[in-house]
Amino acid sequence: MAIKEPERIWWKPFTRDERLWVAMALLWMMGSFVFMPVYHFIGAQNPPSETYRVRDHEKFRALVDGMVAKYKVGEDKGVPVVKPEPGSDVFMQASMWQWYPVLELEKGKTYRIHLSSMDITHGFSIQPINMNFMVVPDYDYVLTLTPTTAGDYYIVCNEFCGLGHHLMVGKMIIK
Amino acid sequence: MPEEREKAEEGKEPIPAWQLFYDDIFLLFFLGVAIPTLVYTVWGLMEIVQIPELPVFKP
Amino acid sequence: MDYRICSLTGLKINKPAEDLIKWNMVTAILFLAIGGFMGLLMALTRWPSVHYLDTSHYYRFLTLHGFDALLLWILFFEVALVHFTSAVLLNTRVVAPFSAWIAYALMLVGAAFVNIVVFAGKADVLFTSYVPLKANGVYYLGIIIFAVGAIVAFANFFANIIQARRDKAYQHSLPLGTFGLAAASIIGIVTLAHGAVIMIPVFFWSIDLIKYIDPATYRLVFWGLGHPSQQINVCAMVAMWYMTAGFVLGAKPVNEKLSRTAFVLYILFINVASEHHLLVDPVLSSWHKIINTSYVMHLAVLASMIHAFAIPASIEVALRNKGYTKGLFDWLKNAPWGNPAFSATFLSIIGFGFLGGTTGVIFGTEQFNIIRHNTFAITGHFHATVVSGTTIAFMGGTYLLIPYIFRRNLVLPKLAAIQPYLYAIGVAVMLIGMMAAGTYGVPRRHWDITFSNAIFSFSFDPSADMFLSMMGVGGLFAALGGAMFIIISLGSIMFGRKIQ
Repeated sequence: MAIKEPERIWWKPFTRDERLWVAMALLWMMGSFVFMPVYHFIGAQNPPSETYRVRDHEKFRALVDGMVAKYKVGEDKGVPVVKPEPGSDVFMQASMWQWYPVLELEKGKTYRIHLSSMDITHGFSIQPINMNFMVVPDYDYVLTLTPTTAGDYYIVCNEFCGLGHHLMVGKMIIK
Repeated sequence: MPEEREKAEEGKEPIPAWQLFYDDIFLLFFLGVAIPTLVYTVWGLMEIVQIPELPVFKP
Repeated sequence: MDYRICSLTGLKINKPAEDLIKWNMVTAILFLAIGGFMGLLMALTRWPSVHYLDTSHYYRFLTLHGFDALLLWILFFEVALVHFTSAVLLNTRVVAPFSAWIAYALMLVGAAFVNIVVFAGKADVLFTSYVPLKANGVYYLGIIIFAVGAIVAFANFFANIIQARRDKAYQHSLPLGTFGLAAASIIGIVTLAHGAVIMIPVFFWSIDLIKYIDPATYRLVFWGLGHPSQQINVCAMVAMWYMTAGFVLGAKPVNEKLSRTAFVLYILFINVASEHHLLVDPVLSSWHKIINTSYVMHLAVLASMIHAFAIPASIEVALRNKGYTKGLFDWLKNAPWGNPAFSATFLSIIGFGFLGGTTGVIFGTEQFNIIRHNTFAITGHFHATVVSGTTIAFMGGTYLLIPYIFRRNLVLPKLAAIQPYLYAIGVAVMLIGMMAAGTYGVPRRHWDITFSNAIFSFSFDPSADMFLSMMGVGGLFAALGGAMFIIISLGSIMFGRKIQ
């Protein structure tokens, strides 16, 4: 019994159904394990890991401001709309409680989107397609992203960042 | 009860090695601490230390 | 020595062990009452048409809900199980009652610190308190004191085992239930050590003695506390399943080797699943993510699959031995469904296995995590493991232990017979609502998903509202079932008919 000490020697061979169950489970486990690295080669959508350290937030802010100054095409609700060149490095900063700036990207073109936070941890959640990444202060997280469908997308913050957390919504326009 | 069992044990077949391993709570304790600490924590910290600085981008 | 013989089980119960179990269990139930009530407030706030709390109270009570329901209720109960399985099951004694009481006192003081500072509104940082979000120093100090107390409590387990071995209370192998708690204690010590290691510098940072804490390091080490503290539950819960089947039905593990292998796999590999929280984080490489999120090639999932086979099989064998042998399912039909200790165990197996474990493996897959991370689906997942798994199992454990340890019969036995069902169904409806809402992208830990005052207006698919309402209704039923549990358990402990 589970509440008593077992017999002296309990190391005995598995029965047939036990072997079958364990073998099936093991096969399934290995399948879903191997799937993860294999998908990095065959799949279109994998969590990126390219990261840089941002010792000075101002350095990142300068990159954002430089991009805004060069590629600004308009304003949306007072936030600059930026249309960077396809294939280029695009910088987006998170801070309590704003995503800055609004990005206008071309469908089918690839961009390197740099995400960093100026204060505390934020969550980068693209809606309504529901893709989620973390934005951690002092780090620059690079998403290599190719938009495939045109439309307006919103960036919701999904990591608690203080009382204005629910006000933190940004925008991405795919044309 | 334990005394009876002890008597009954004399001259019996040896306990399999795997069973001895499973019964060794302190060896399991050591492995249970070492594996996650190395595989998760230490490996993770090594990666954090190795993150490169933000390079210079041409705007 | 100060022993009594339990008239129901024949176990030799050591007086200090009995007192320690009593105090830890009652404390656990009281924290469940607070944490559960906070949970009700959460459900009422996330229910769109109710939206009960204001912003700051929502985050404040969410912090408290996480801490009380996730850490305090469960860890105090597990410490009760530590003493039950090491001293009572082995018919031996608590070797160092003094240190066990010190552990209890530290845990209680730490818990009180955290509760008070959060109630006072000085620590609205949520359970995770991601640096550089800063709480009052007392919050971190409370966690440190609690963690140290819990480490001492788990260390007591090993002291008791060594003493039991010396007293010849066992010869070679621990009983399976005790072995399960050994796994829980090992994992507990790794976990709480991570907690102490990261919270100590954060405490100094909060009082301005340290200038900087690296946010990525905090996230890594914090989750070495946050996630594996749930793996303590998994081991203790599975041990509880085996023990309840043993006590209620006289069930015997079908194969000790099989069940023990599963626990060994837990000890070795389950802790690395802390990675589940970091899959879409910067910093960590894909290999770190893949090896760790898969619990080292899913070997710890294999362990759960083994228990999923072994426990129902042992229940079936035990019931067939009682003579319920007609057809394939006669044994199932004649199981003691009216016994809340048994029904809670059964519901916990179903809830944990089908709702919690499966979603854990799916959401913990590196690529799938992109579409689920930090959505309400994650909240659904861990309510499936922690509430419909661990909490229900421990409710069953409470019903089981009240007669053995408190020597009282349950009050309101009819209500007790339906309580596990009501609670389990409420929780299941609630968490399925959460998971479904999460698939539409609804974030977790979010006060206003209508974004009514945000600069850009965005609204989720209207179906999400329906699932959030479903969550609210389920939450109400769960709260009702939870309140019943509190009344029955505390009522029995205070007013139940005495057993001689």
